[in-house]
Amino acid sequence: MLKKTLNISTSPHIKQALTTDEIMRNVVYALLPVAAFAVFSFGINALLVLVATTASAVLTEHLLCRLSNQESTISDWSAVITGLLLGLILPPAFPLWMAFAGGFISIALGKFIFGGLGYNVFNPALVGRAVLQAAFPVAITTWFPAFADNRFSEIAGSILTFPFMEPEFDAVTGATPLAAFKFDQVTTGTGELALGLVSGSIGETSAVLILLGGAYLVIRKMMNWRIPVAILATVYGLSGIFHLIDPQAYPEPLFMLFSGGLMIGAVFMATDMVASPITPAGATLYGILIGLLVVVIRLWGGLPEGVMYAILLANAVSPHIDNMIQPRVYGTTKD
Amino acid sequence: MGLFSLRKNTFKHGIHPPEHKEETNGLPIRQFPFPSLIILPTVQHIGAPSELIVREGQEVARGQLLAKAGGYVSSPVHAPVSGTVRKIANVPVISGKMVPGIYLEAFPGSSQEVMDGKPVNLETATPEEILQGVQDAGIVGLGGAAFPTHVKLKVPEDKQCDILMLNGIECEPYLTTDHRVMLEQGKDIFTGIRYLMKATGAKETIIGIEANKQDAADHLESIIPADLPVKVRVVPVKYPQGSEKMLITSILDREVPSGGLPIDVGVVVVNVATTAEIGRLLPRGRGIQERVITITGPAVEKKGNYLIPIGTPLRYVLEQVGVDENLSEVYMGGPMMGVAVSNLNISIVKGTSGIVAFTEEQVKRPQKIYPCIKCGACVDACPISLNPSKLGILAKFEAYDLMADDYNLMDCFECGSCSYVCPSNIPLVQYFRLSKSVVRKRKIVSSRT
Repeated sequence: MLKKTLNISTSPHIKQALTTDEIMRNVVYALLPVAAFAVFSFGINALLVLVATTASAVLTEHLLCRLSNQESTISDWSAVITGLLLGLILPPAFPLWMAFAGGFISIALGKFIFGGLGYNVFNPALVGRAVLQAAFPVAITTWFPAFADNRFSEIAGSILTFPFMEPEFDAVTGATPLAAFKFDQVTTGTGELALGLVSGSIGETSAVLILLGGAYLVIRKMMNWRIPVAILATVYGLSGIFHLIDPQAYPEPLFMLFSGGLMIGAVFMATDMVASPITPAGATLYGILIGLLVVVIRLWGGLPEGVMYAILLANAVSPHIDNMIQPRVYGTTKD
Repeated sequence: MGLFSLRKNTFKHGIHPPEHKEETNGLPIRQFPFPSLIILPTVQHIGAPSELIVREGQEVARGQLLAKAGGYVSSPVHAPVSGTVRKIANVPVISGKMVPGIYLEAFPGSSQEVMDGKPVNLETATPEEILQGVQDAGIVGLGGAAFPTHVKLKVPEDKQCDILMLNGIECEPYLTTDHRVMLEQGKDIFTGIRYLMKATGAKETIIGIEANKQDAADHLESIIPADLPVKVRVVPVKYPQGSEKMLITSILDREVPSGGLPIDVGVVVVNVATTAEIGRLLPRGRGIQERVITITGPAVEKKGNYLIPIGTPLRYVLEQVGVDENLSEVYMGGPMMGVAVSNLNISIVKGTSGIVAFTEEQVKRPQKIYPCIKCGACVDACPISLNPSKLGILAKFEAYDLMADDYNLMDCFECGSCSYVCPSNIPLVQYFRLSKSVVRKRKIVSSRT
């Protein structure tokens, strides 16, 4: 005899298996090679910073959820991404207490205050980084040479700075290729840049691994390829034009592509799904806007690097792009 | 259409759910045993209920009219078996409601000979007489919509039908009834096409079939009568191509205007099984008594395509084919747009194209709902280019009027593609069903005041 009660559900009764936590977990996987290379090139200091930001982000998310009487949301992996991304865009010998504070700010001010996952206006990691940059301008622009001989044996003095104390940096620091160009008109070779044999933030140096991570996510349909493609194409095209006009004053387009935080920004930061437009046309426009801002800030701004502010500005515009650009609905003539 | 005209033969967006059709598409249609008790609701179609014309205790012959159409947009009901009207009372239907209906007890051992009515002569009948014949035969859309076919075939005075489109897409996963009907009832389909072309005035017929039914396309192509202007068109497999609007776009590259009907672009679309039924019933003046149904799903033992009398209780059907004792979900129709059954005492109706059954373990549906992360999967899936993400957020804020006015909510035909792809498991299409019903109710209220 057949069972008396049946479960009922609303259609569709079948569902594609991919879930949000799985997407987030895969973003973390895509970031792992980048993080591993960072530890390889910057040593134990980079590892400590990455652990500090990730632990801080996850802990903050957990505690804030508990404080507001909600179920903890750390199992969706999004806090891990934020923590990891923040660590990857900090200098290698960044004081740990500042890194920890950055993780807290990213989650608390960048995400939780807006309502948590799905509601953040800006990329949370960039919010954290922007606050750190404003609060600790020296620490965040003090670089550390890549592939130092003692990188696996010695912990930099600055890393262990006591909270709220000014860090003391070791005498040896390595200028980033962008700063070298901006202030000393020295360009670095594209090969070195692509492979990450240069100084810079922890995870921004290896363009190849970043692109591989991005390609993995695009293939698994967990990333909107239009955004990085539009950003990189815009930066390449626009800086190429300026380089043609005056090769002395403006760097080669390939240098622009592979230096600084452009790669990690274009592939992993600008593609934050929540903070970027949802329609294909909107995403392309958003990418072009970021590319434009990056070129403008880098070439004419006071800062050597412009990726962070370019993305934050575009994040702010993203909801308006979504309001403006809606696909034409089937059977209508309305745009 | 600009750039998109490069991609002919299909519509924009859509999804590719696992098909599961190989489980039944090779199984020929088989006659299902007659149950001893038939339960016939008077609401088996969209429109007014049919009106009963028999009384309790009356003996009826198979094919005899039991309830006449309750208006223009309505359809009559015929006796699927010879027997006695045991009771006239409310009967359960899938929506959970009770509607007036007939409990018909079959004569045991009866030869079940069918009573013929007045034939519709193809040569002499006028279009109006054919439409009347279609209504008298109780024919409704057998693809699942169950809309009275004669209403759909009526071309308005100011419009013209240049193409009759036969829908052999069957894009719902698991279902293979149309596939088998095309393979086994080709002759009836072409007879039906003759009636339909005469009724609509169409100059040409196109049969649209998805590429996973190439054998059916080849078969029909090979038996097209020399005097009939019929083409068979095979299109790539994609859900929800079986929707009229998507089918028209895939094959003709025409767009049915928002709020409009296929006839607005000169097309009338009819399902292949409906056409076969017309071709079989009208020459004899019969009413519809049975239909082909795919019974499948992992919980079903004897999967197959069965010819089942209308009104056969679902419980009887499942007992005959055998189901897993841990049966937990049964859908009438396919798994994408079909309705979950809560009560096994409902019966097979004209619009039942499939029965799909699962046990609890076999339903692999993620339960946890995450917030919308604006990944855009729904935007890339929606066949009519709505923004389900935005609509979903507005639904949460109960901004129903805004959804309808600015975001084309009412164009949604509830194919479920958005819910299917959503990684956050947001029940988007369910939100839209509710929102649409609120908007409709508000419209009625405001029209009264």
